[in-house]
Amino acid sequence: MLSSLNVRAALLSVVILIVTLGVWEIANQPPEVKEAKTEYEMLMGGSAPHARVPNPSEIGTLALAELSDPFYDKGPNDKGIGLQLLYSIKRVMSGYFLAALIAIPIGFMIGMSPLMHKALDPFIQVLKPISPLAWMPLALFILKDSEVSSVFVIFICSIWPMLINTAFGVGSVKKDWINIARTHELSKLRTAVMVILPAAAPTILTGMRISIGIAWLVIVAAEMLVGGTGIGYYVWNEWNNLDLTAVIFSILMIGIVGMVLDLLLAKATKMVQYVE
Amino acid sequence: MSNKSLGDPFNPESDLQHGPACNCPICVFKREEAESRYECTESEMTERLERAVYEGTATDSQYVDADASADAAPADPNAFRADGSPDNPTETPETIIDRAIESAVVRAVFGHNEASRRNFMKMLGGGTAASILASIFPMEAAKAAFKDKIGPLEKKKLKVGFVPITCATPIIMAHPMGFYDKYGLDVDVIKTAGWAVSRDKSINKEYDAAHMLTPMPLAMTMGAGSTAMPFIMPAVENINGQAIVLHNKHKDKRDPKKWKGFKFGVPFEYSMHNFLLRYYVAEHGLDPDKDIQIRVVPPPEMVANLRAENLDGYLSPDPFNQRAVWEKVGFIHLLTKEIWQGHPCCAFATSAEFARENPNSYGALFRSIVDATHFSSRAENRKDIAKAISPKNYLNQPVPVVEQVLTGRFADGLGNVRNEPDRIDFDPFPWHSMAVWILTQMKRWGYIKGDVDYKKISEQVYLAADCGKLMTDLGYEPPAKTYENYTIMGKTFDYTKPEEYIESFAIKRT
Ligand SMILES: [Zn+2]
Ligand SMILES: [Zn+2]
Repeated sequence: MLSSLNVRAALLSVVILIVTLGVWEIANQPPEVKEAKTEYEMLMGGSAPHARVPNPSEIGTLALAELSDPFYDKGPNDKGIGLQLLYSIKRVMSGYFLAALIAIPIGFMIGMSPLMHKALDPFIQVLKPISPLAWMPLALFILKDSEVSSVFVIFICSIWPMLINTAFGVGSVKKDWINIARTHELSKLRTAVMVILPAAAPTILTGMRISIGIAWLVIVAAEMLVGGTGIGYYVWNEWNNLDLTAVIFSILMIGIVGMVLDLLLAKATKMVQYVE
Repeated sequence: MSNKSLGDPFNPESDLQHGPACNCPICVFKREEAESRYECTESEMTERLERAVYEGTATDSQYVDADASADAAPADPNAFRADGSPDNPTETPETIIDRAIESAVVRAVFGHNEASRRNFMKMLGGGTAASILASIFPMEAAKAAFKDKIGPLEKKKLKVGFVPITCATPIIMAHPMGFYDKYGLDVDVIKTAGWAVSRDKSINKEYDAAHMLTPMPLAMTMGAGSTAMPFIMPAVENINGQAIVLHNKHKDKRDPKKWKGFKFGVPFEYSMHNFLLRYYVAEHGLDPDKDIQIRVVPPPEMVANLRAENLDGYLSPDPFNQRAVWEKVGFIHLLTKEIWQGHPCCAFATSAEFARENPNSYGALFRSIVDATHFSSRAENRKDIAKAISPKNYLNQPVPVVEQVLTGRFADGLGNVRNEPDRIDFDPFPWHSMAVWILTQMKRWGYIKGDVDYKKISEQVYLAADCGKLMTDLGYEPPAKTYENYTIMGKTFDYTKPEEYIESFAIKRT
């Protein structure tokens, strides 16, 4: 019964998609282009406005062309979509793992020590809400390198969810368990690794999942700002040419990569889930 | 075709001295130009004319195939002219230098006696004469020595930043058209989203040199809007080439007095765009800080903001003015050359440190830019340039849009085809008086305060003397002075009286 519901839901999804795209395609036909006759018409590029929302078929054609050769490299300002995505993923991963490396130990410290919690809380509350991109000018100034600066922006935006979730997860580990560890004369470090870490892992991973989502959102904006390489630069370069087809295509690609990153962390969260 | 060979020392018909009697088109043109501007002595004139010929041959790619001329003794000077390489403009900088040296040597041999040189060439034929000369004078060695004068490059791989607009034409096209290679440089031209980033990447030394706006190195040196860091501006890139675009719904509001409450976009605070827009509306009685709103909008976003009616208009770099017309969103109200004919806009700039630590690389880069700028200034090259710089790697724009900007034959969005060959032009010479004007406007609108040593800052940042010397080295003709007065919308700017000039405006922030 359940499986037939799933099948029917999937079928309905496909139908909705096809109908939507079909209506979009048919309703959005380009206006007929009159043959440009006078010099003025030629210089204006015909009588119809050039920019309009592109059709699904146009986006599909572009996607096919781009994805058939995703790793081409025609100089510093023109690279394939695959290469650009790899650049962005590399940046996100560097900033993200750096943040995890710092956020998780500090989160443990805050979670285990009420003193540290009270002492660090004001700093976290002030720094957390700052828009990651607002750090960019300062980062460029201090770090003197746009590559390092974009990694820093990823670092700073992904550190907070991990830090706060780790502290919360560690702080809410049942007191009984810690007491049991104490009666077994486990050292503080062993308690942290053997008792608290497994108990807090699901909360920590939830924080990491939130972080990767934010990091992926921010990298696009950071690259649009700083340029050079990456999917953000790709979007900016097509935007520069008012090419909406390519912009929509890159939005789709950004969405797909973001979804894959999220799925990976969702899988990881499931793996550490435990039943009491 | 015969008059084209005037630079050829082996041609008996040519007049190497380009004296007053010379009737080659370059001489005639230059003579008219010279007469109209100021008087000069006979020898000065000869010198100017000589330079004019090198400049004339600079882009005359049909004239000489560099390889052929390097083969010391072509049988007939006319022969290698015919089979030249018409589509290979990259050969030209070498050719000019070769030609300049040949000419100098031949003239030295004949003791600057034109009559005897001509007779000699007639008697023997240019080819024989060339081979005889080659046997007594190491022509190839001389050419090589001259080219090596730059010295070994400290840094071959350079990064040059540019913002994708037509102002950057010389910096960009020097890449696909091989001007950097010519001087032994391996340059990556890197597209940059805007000037703030371009400035920061230059300060961070990620870029060795960059495309900037002419007011930027002045502002950066003075620490206005960024940390103070000594920047130098050895060359201007383009003059003119900007426009005021209005949204199509304002077709009936061509009088600026009707612009109260309008929102305008400019690409950067320290830009000629900002200063020219302020100047223009203020001359029409509007206070740019009170009667209109001026926002900084990155050039690529101008058209989209105009379409969304977030902006009523903008004074922006091309191709975004022409692009607004192409997209049928706006029309060209006015070209900036109508505000100030020959105003500077963008510049080629680098940190003083880079120039000091890499003098030879800097020299080579500087030479490529000056050469590329001259190449860009020639009308006959503009269509080729438009094709070369439109692809994704550079401007990422439709070719017809870029072509309309560069050729100056364009649709204005009001139903007219206009023909303005000087819509944009390229001229490397960084006039000190331009810097003084920019500083007066920075002070007028409150970007800088207090006493300004106009002359000192201008001369520290705008390297007119260096540019002039280099132009001479390359066979171009620099102006004889570095200051001049301008007439901007009918009002005279006297560079000797900057403070009085600021005082003379009714609308100002001082
Ligand atoms: Zn002449
Ligand atoms: Zn410009």
